[in-house]
Amino acid sequence: MMKRLLAIWHARNLEFLRDRATLIFTLLLPIMVVVGMSFVFGGPERPLFKVGVLTAKIDRQSDPFLRERYVDFVPIATESEGLRKATHQQIDLLVDLRGGARYWVNTDAPKGYIVEKLLLAADPAARRQPVAGAAVRYVDWLFPGILGMNMMFSCLFGVGYVVLRYRKTGFLKRLHATPLTAFEFLTAQVLSRLCLIVFVTGVLYIGIGAVIHFHSVGSLMLVGLLALLGALSMIALGLTIAARVSSEELVGGLLNLLTWPMMLVSGIWFSLEGSPRWVQWVAHVFPLTHLLEGARAVMLDGAGIAQIAPNLLYLGATALIFLAFGAWSFRWRIE
Amino acid sequence: MSDPILEVRNLVKQYPSVTAVDGVSFSVSEGICFGLLGPNGAGKTTTIEIMEGILTSSSGEVRYRGELLGPRFREEAGILFQKTALQDFLTVRQSLTLFRGLYDRGLDVDEVIRLCALEKLATRDNRKLSGGQQQRLLLAIALVNDPAVLFLDEPTTGLDPQARRNFWELIQSIKARNKTIILTTHYMDEAELLCDEIAIMDRGRIIAQGGPRRLLQEHFEEVLLELPRADFPAGARHLALKIIDSSDRVEIATQDLDTTLRCLMDAQVPLRNLRIRPPNLEDLFLELTGKDLRT
Repeated sequence: MMKRLLAIWHARNLEFLRDRATLIFTLLLPIMVVVGMSFVFGGPERPLFKVGVLTAKIDRQSDPFLRERYVDFVPIATESEGLRKATHQQIDLLVDLRGGARYWVNTDAPKGYIVEKLLLAADPAARRQPVAGAAVRYVDWLFPGILGMNMMFSCLFGVGYVVLRYRKTGFLKRLHATPLTAFEFLTAQVLSRLCLIVFVTGVLYIGIGAVIHFHSVGSLMLVGLLALLGALSMIALGLTIAARVSSEELVGGLLNLLTWPMMLVSGIWFSLEGSPRWVQWVAHVFPLTHLLEGARAVMLDGAGIAQIAPNLLYLGATALIFLAFGAWSFRWRIE
Repeated sequence: MSDPILEVRNLVKQYPSVTAVDGVSFSVSEGICFGLLGPNGAGKTTTIEIMEGILTSSSGEVRYRGELLGPRFREEAGILFQKTALQDFLTVRQSLTLFRGLYDRGLDVDEVIRLCALEKLATRDNRKLSGGQQQRLLLAIALVNDPAVLFLDEPTTGLDPQARRNFWELIQSIKARNKTIILTTHYMDEAELLCDEIAIMDRGRIIAQGGPRRLLQEHFEEVLLELPRADFPAGARHLALKIIDSSDRVEIATQDLDTTLRCLMDAQVPLRNLRIRPPNLEDLFLELTGKDLRT
C-alpha cells in the first residue's frame, strides 16, 4: 500500500512542481499577501508607541515627555474613554499631565512597559494607576484568519479541479486498471497537497508575523498540529466534492457554495460573538471555524491542548469522515 | 489444449436505451492472441472493459484462471485502452516509474523501455510524443507489471501505416514471450496477422468464432476477382457470375477461375486492373451480416 501511495504522491508532486505557471502563482500569492499586510499594517514612518493624553489639544512643548520621538500622542477627552482604549490596547499608555502626572498602563502589554520607562525617565514623580485586561490588536486577531482563508482556498480548489481533470482525461480510468485503491489514490492526493500547504502557510506565518511583529503566546507545535488537521479536513472535503462529479461548472459551483459561507461566518474577518445562535451553529459545521477558534485560542490566549481538544477532535474526525466518504463514493471514470 | 486463462460466460451489458453486450460467451487459452472483431458499436470495447474489470456487467461473469476477477487479476493484467491521457509534466521514464510503483512485481523500467524501443524518448515529456510513440509508451505501461494477460483495445487506430507496422512487430515480439493477448480491432489485416483465434461481434453478439483460417475455409470455397467499377460495363452484369458490389469496385466470387476469366474476356471486360485474391475476414463479415465492416 505504501509503495503505491508513494508512487502517486511523488508523481503528483513532480507534476505540480513542473507546472511553472501554477507553481509561480502559488508561491507568489503568499508573497503578495505579506506585501499587502505590510502595506496595511507596516511602514517605517509609523510611530512605535501610541500614548493617550488627557487634554483637549496636544502641545508638545508643554512637557518633556511630550517631546519624546517615535511616540504618537493622541488627545483623549475623558478618563473613562482613555481607560477603555488602554485596556483594548488601542493606546499603549494613558497619561494625565495636569498637576502631578498620573498614568495608566496595561501591565499585559509589552509596549506599555517600554513607554512607561520613557515616561518615568522624563518625569520620575509620575504616579502609576494600573489597569488590567489584555485585549489584542485587530491585526493579531486577523492574522490567523488570513492564514486560514489562504489554506481554505488552497485545500478546496487545489485538489477538486485536479481530480476532475484526471477523471475527464481518462487518467483515473487508467489508474483504476491497476491494483491502486480509491483510498490510496485519495490519501496520496491529500498528502501531496498537505506538504504544499504546510510549506506555504509556514512562509506566510514567518513573513506576515515579521511584518506585523506577531508572536504566538501559545505553543507553536500546537498551532502546527491545528494547521495540519485543519488542512487535512479541508483537503478531504475538497476531494469529497470532486469524488463523483464530472463537470467543471458543477465542481466550481459546489466549491463556491462551500467557500462563501466559510468566508462569511467562520470568523475570518470578525468575531461571531453576539451573532444569532443559528449562525454560530452553522458556523461550527465548517472545519475552518474550528481551525480559527483553536488557532486564536493558542496564538492569542496561550491555550493548551486541553482547551482546544474539541477543535482538534472535530478536525481529525471530519478529515477521516470526508476521506472515507470520498473513497466510498469515488468514481474512476465518467459514466 | 491448455486450461483457459479467461472465461466469459453469458455476459450482458444493458444501458437504458441499448443492450451493448447481449449474452456473449467464450474462453481464451493461455499463450494465444485472441481477437474480438467487429464494426464500431458492435460491443467490442464494452466486452473487453468488462473483461478488464473496468465496467460491471448487468449479468454474466468473467473468470481469470478459474476465479472471479480480483486482486490477483489486477496484478497480472496489462491494459492498453483505446484512449488514455497520462499525468502532465512527466517524462516517459517517470510515467513508467509511476506505474511500476503500483504493482508488487514486474519488469525493470529500463527493460520495458528497451522492449518498446523507447530509449531515445526516455527523458521526453510524454505530451510531446507522436501518436505512434505515445502508443508505444502506453504499451510499455501495460507491460510494466510483466502481465500474464495483455488487453489491447484498438491499439493501432489512428496510426500511420509505418507506425502500425512497427506496433505489430512489437506485439509479435510480446507474443513470442508466451503472453496471452486479447485484442479488439476493426482492421482485418491486423487480426489475420496477429490473432490465433477470433470472435466476430455484431450488435452485441458473437456471430462467428474460431481460428481465422478455419473460419474462412468453412465459409468460402471461392476466390475473389476485383475490378474497378469503371472497368466493369453495365452490359456485363447479365453474365452468370456471383457479383458483389461495393462503393468503388466490383467483386466476383468464383470457384472456377478459368471459366470466369474466359467469360469476362468474351464480354470484352478490360482485365488490366484485375486483382485476384483469397477471401479475407472482411469478406467473412460481409457474408455473415450482409454489411460492410467499416460502416
